[in-house]
Amino acid sequence: MLAMNFRGARQIRLDRHKPEPEIKHPYDAIVRVTRSLICGSDLHLYHGRVPDTRVGMTFGHEFTGVVEAVGSGVQKLKVGDHVLVPFNVACGTCPHCKQELYGNCNESNPQATAVGGFFGYAHTGGGYDGGQAEYVRVPYADVSPTVIPKGMDLENAVLLTDVVPTGYQAAEQGGIQKGDTVVVFGAGPVGLMAARFAWFFGATRVIVIDHVDYRLEFARKFAFAEAYNFREMRDPVLFLKKATDYFGADVCIDAVGCDGTGSALQTITGKGLLLQAGDATALHWAINSVKKGGIVSIIGVYGPPWNLAPIGSLMNKGITLRANQASVKRLLPKLIDHIMSGRINPKEMITHRLPLEEVPDAYRMFSSKLDHIIKPLLIPPRANAA
Amino acid sequence: MQTVLEDKIDEFQDRKIADRNRDKRTKDIPGWGMDADPENDPTYPMKHWNGADHERLNYEKAPQQRIDIEVLHSVERPGVTRVFGNSSPPSGLSGAIRRYAYQYSEATATHWMTLILADRINAIEGKITDLAHGILPNPWIERGWRAEWKYNRPAFIQKAATTALLITAGFMVMKRKNKHKSV
Ligand SMILES: NC(=O)c1ccc[n+]([C@@H]2O[C@H](COP(=O)([O-])OP(=O)(O)OC[C@H]3O[C@@H](n4cnc5c(N)ncnc54)[C@H](O)[C@@H]3O)[C@@H](O)[C@H]2O)c1
Ligand SMILES: [Zn+2]
Ligand SMILES: [Zn+2]
Repeated sequence: MLAMNFRGARQIRLDRHKPEPEIKHPYDAIVRVTRSLICGSDLHLYHGRVPDTRVGMTFGHEFTGVVEAVGSGVQKLKVGDHVLVPFNVACGTCPHCKQELYGNCNESNPQATAVGGFFGYAHTGGGYDGGQAEYVRVPYADVSPTVIPKGMDLENAVLLTDVVPTGYQAAEQGGIQKGDTVVVFGAGPVGLMAARFAWFFGATRVIVIDHVDYRLEFARKFAFAEAYNFREMRDPVLFLKKATDYFGADVCIDAVGCDGTGSALQTITGKGLLLQAGDATALHWAINSVKKGGIVSIIGVYGPPWNLAPIGSLMNKGITLRANQASVKRLLPKLIDHIMSGRINPKEMITHRLPLEEVPDAYRMFSSKLDHIIKPLLIPPRANAA
Repeated sequence: MQTVLEDKIDEFQDRKIADRNRDKRTKDIPGWGMDADPENDPTYPMKHWNGADHERLNYEKAPQQRIDIEVLHSVERPGVTRVFGNSSPPSGLSGAIRRYAYQYSEATATHWMTLILADRINAIEGKITDLAHGILPNPWIERGWRAEWKYNRPAFIQKAATTALLITAGFMVMKRKNKHKSV
């Protein structure tokens, strides 16, 4: 089958002869991919920032597909079902899954206890081949995969596998109250959704910070937010303090993660010398820009082992730090409703629709922010096969 | 090697105290549970607390996926998870380095930095395998140069020219040095 094939940092091949996946466990399903997205999280892999990313792996954790086969223990899912597959691999019965922390399952990732199981996310994410391919093995098929509701646009459905719930959880973790001022760092798909959802929790001011002008422009329209370019500031923290009457924001959301930029010190120590796991500029700004007693929500991904962050200010300012991988299944019912009722139409973020065969270009375009890209969608040649 | 506490965890010295406290004595500890407040939970509403954490490892588990490839597992867990990914098992030199890394916990830089090293070596192994199979490097497609050429031409040309210039300059400097040596 056709599949994306990782060859090392910033090198991606279209593999034309990857063996098709097989059922390996009674709870497995095999899914024929109909739509697949590239995520900001994939860029961390692409840039070689996630330890134990092995050559030959197929990435992709945001996909929809048609069930082609199921294992002997699968009861709910049926061959022919068209499903959206949440990015978390989750068993449904461990203490974490039982408490709806599906992003922190205890039985889906042997390689790392600090990380849940994710499709196509290195061995640090469990070693699963992902959905930037024609077929995928989907474990615990009865737990997370969800039949796409009748009448839902396929592009909205595939965005429900990660970006929409992730943006929602970013805002939810912020503990936003009516009247709050919320600052979102990062105007990528996740930050855009977080900004959009901040209003759902009652924010009265939403400020988005990035350095890519076309994304800031998009944030103004899509998320009704004030949007500012940090390259036009000498000190973004000072800007935000002044913009909030020298008080600080009530809630700061880091939707950037370890591929951030904006501070020479962070770039040199993180990306140059590897003394920390990438660049934590956004987190640094978030902690410094929030008010005393405020909340910082981290949804951007940072890698092990550590990052430079102003922990002293966390304590002195009495900041609450909340963070997690999104728990997609937990949020699906609410978010399906938000889409079906027309309150949100996330597919507006999909700017590029490319055949799976062009996956190397798609990565480079997304990484270098070419052609005003916001979210690239891949369509495998067999997407419409009967 | 000296045995350390984590090697004899089943009979560690204060286990008795731990067990006694858990089984019967907690209620005798003055003030036990007095200030417990279910609302004092910053994980709400992300975590639907139901006490399942206290079941520790005695929860309902799926059947074990057959371990028919080499699966490295974190030393911070008792074994392989019931289900695991079957992409790219460890192999070659990078595989040996990965095996070494997995002897250390996720709290150590040794674990993660060694894995990063293995990743870099793995990429070189990939190139060698490619050459052995007659697959030549194709940065135009695989590194996305085509996309840069299409959408970012001036910057791309500038970067390519700078790189070429630096390489040529490097060669010239080396040539000079060699000349000096031979004289
Ligand atoms: N926790 C989760 O469950 C989860 C799920 C999906 C994605 N993520 C993470 O969310 C982050 C964003 O994902 P995305 O798809 O939107 O990625 P993206 O790469 O499209 O967006 C990141 C944006 O941040 C901007 N940026 C860089 N440095 C910045 C800084 N210092 N301040 C403000 N903005 C800055 C970039 O210009 C870019 O527009 C990534 O780290 C991704 O891994 C987390
Ligand atoms: Zn994602
Ligand atoms: Zn679980």
